Amino acid sequence: MSATLTIALSKGRIFKETLPLLAHAGIVPAEDPETSRKLILATNHPDIRLVIVRAADVPTYVQYAGADLGVTGKDVLMEHGGEGLYEPLDLRIACCRLMVAGPAGQPEPAGRLRIATKYVTTTHRYYAARGRQVEIIKLYGSMELAPLVGMADRIVDVVDTGGTLRANGLEPLEHIADISSRLVVNRAAMKMKSAQVKGLIQRLEQAVASRGKV
Amino acid sequence: MDNIDNNRWLLPAGTEDILPDQAERLEQMRRNILDLLRGWGYRLTMPPFIEYLDSLLIGTGKDLDLQTFKLTDQLTGRLMGIRADMTPQVARIDAHHLKREEPVRLCYMGTVLHTLPGGFSGTRSPMQIGAELYGHPGIESDVEVLALMLEVLALAGVEQVFLDLGHVGIFRGLMRRAGLCAGDEATLFDALQRKAKPEIGELIARLDLDSIMGNMLLALADLNGGEDILAEARPVLQAGGAEVLAALDNLQQIATLIKQRLPGLQLHFDLAELRGYHYHTGAVFAAYAPGQGQAIAQGGRYDEIGGVYGRARPATGFSTDLKTLAMLGQPLASKGAAIFAPALADPALADKIRELRATGERVIGELPGQPGGAREMGCDRILVKQQGAWAVSTIENR
Repeated sequence: MSATLTIALSKGRIFKETLPLLAHAGIVPAEDPETSRKLILATNHPDIRLVIVRAADVPTYVQYAGADLGVTGKDVLMEHGGEGLYEPLDLRIACCRLMVAGPAGQPEPAGRLRIATKYVTTTHRYYAARGRQVEIIKLYGSMELAPLVGMADRIVDVVDTGGTLRANGLEPLEHIADISSRLVVNRAAMKMKSAQVKGLIQRLEQAVASRGKV
Repeated sequence: MDNIDNNRWLLPAGTEDILPDQAERLEQMRRNILDLLRGWGYRLTMPPFIEYLDSLLIGTGKDLDLQTFKLTDQLTGRLMGIRADMTPQVARIDAHHLKREEPVRLCYMGTVLHTLPGGFSGTRSPMQIGAELYGHPGIESDVEVLALMLEVLALAGVEQVFLDLGHVGIFRGLMRRAGLCAGDEATLFDALQRKAKPEIGELIARLDLDSIMGNMLLALADLNGGEDILAEARPVLQAGGAEVLAALDNLQQIATLIKQRLPGLQLHFDLAELRGYHYHTGAVFAAYAPGQGQAIAQGGRYDEIGGVYGRARPATGFSTDLKTLAMLGQPLASKGAAIFAPALADPALADKIRELRATGERVIGELPGQPGGAREMGCDRILVKQQGAWAVSTIENR
């Protein structure tokens, strides 16, 4: 008998783009999370289930063995620190860039920069590596607003097409990191459910590779 | 928001009061485990709770430094640390105090403090219990310590233990060959510890490592699994040099011996397991239990540490957290409840109580005018006078 594998996913873009990869690996959820209100979804495999959590919570669920595996953005992982996790696979989905952005066409203000972001740790580390001390303002969303209302000089956020930035008179200034979704694995699960977990990683690896060819 | 005055009961994060039922269980387990260790010839040591920081933090890396609470010694002005790990203390006892040529077996049990919450319960005050074997460099001592660790877990009632084996000599050997600077090695170490293959690939390209070394490092992230991993690793790591191959041999021999001793054991290998890389020098191992996201006991070989205290000695050992074991293990059979003794100044009653207590019974004396009777006081039996003599009777019979 094999133990149950639990995979943590977040609703929205990551879920939509992970589904084809899971399907390629032979895993199909029994219900659509966008319509179902259940947080635990069965799949066509009796020993594989999905749990639906907030994107920022995926590393926590996997770290504390609430789930054996999970799919989460590299941005979330950089902020979390990745402690207690393995990150064996880049799924190359939900791609975007983590960037510094600011009001278009304006010189950098003198003195200590005020940065609005939800990526407090990452921002701190990025500026520290450049020898700069900055003031960080933690926000949970609509970062673009902060420079417009004079709360911050810059923002650090993920940028996809840059549409929201442009619409609010901001422009991307510095590139911090390329972001894509990663498969994360709980350390103990990798060891105790080794055959199952490694099998799934391999099938997803093939799925990513074959998708890249299309 | 509560007024601060109403929060006097609040404890700092990661600390807890252990209440009577749990405390009894912990204490019983502590005694059982120390008796087991004693039976294997491991002698108990009691190092101090606090000591100078520079003797606590010896080649153990940044992690332990961060985990150690620090304060200034008013007598000397030196910085002191509250132990976050007892292993270096016990290594000091072996190297500095005992100075024996023969193998020395020591064990210890005590509360350690961590600055950061960790583990399952997010505790900052684990009760560390462990055993160390000094003075023998061979695999036999590793196997003894491993078998002892598994016996401790079994005694605690932890079922379905998975054993994970690794060897720091593999990565160390590869790094010696790659000749990277400390910074690059640390970055690679970090990526490998997270088995972040995409990042390892990028690093190999950026550091311009040759393809043989690159392939070995990438393969290392995948070299984990059942017992066939060692056979799989040999051809892959062939170009890694003598140190790497010796590490593989060492692991193979340990696996063979431990399998002989414990045929039913579930063995897992992870050749990229780098826990305690800074002080370990050989095989490393950890025990996992289903449903637990982290190791429940861990150990390995650390041959150099004693050198800081004046004498390097081969060393291997393990440690675990008593609170974790108590949480995971099967509850110990509770030893009857207690006997309630009425509040009477009768010398015959006092004699009977003394006699019962001497046999290990718990006898609780009633206090005059107290609320609650035998049952409310947690007693299942009561002392009654029958035909002029005090006798134990069940509550139901009354």
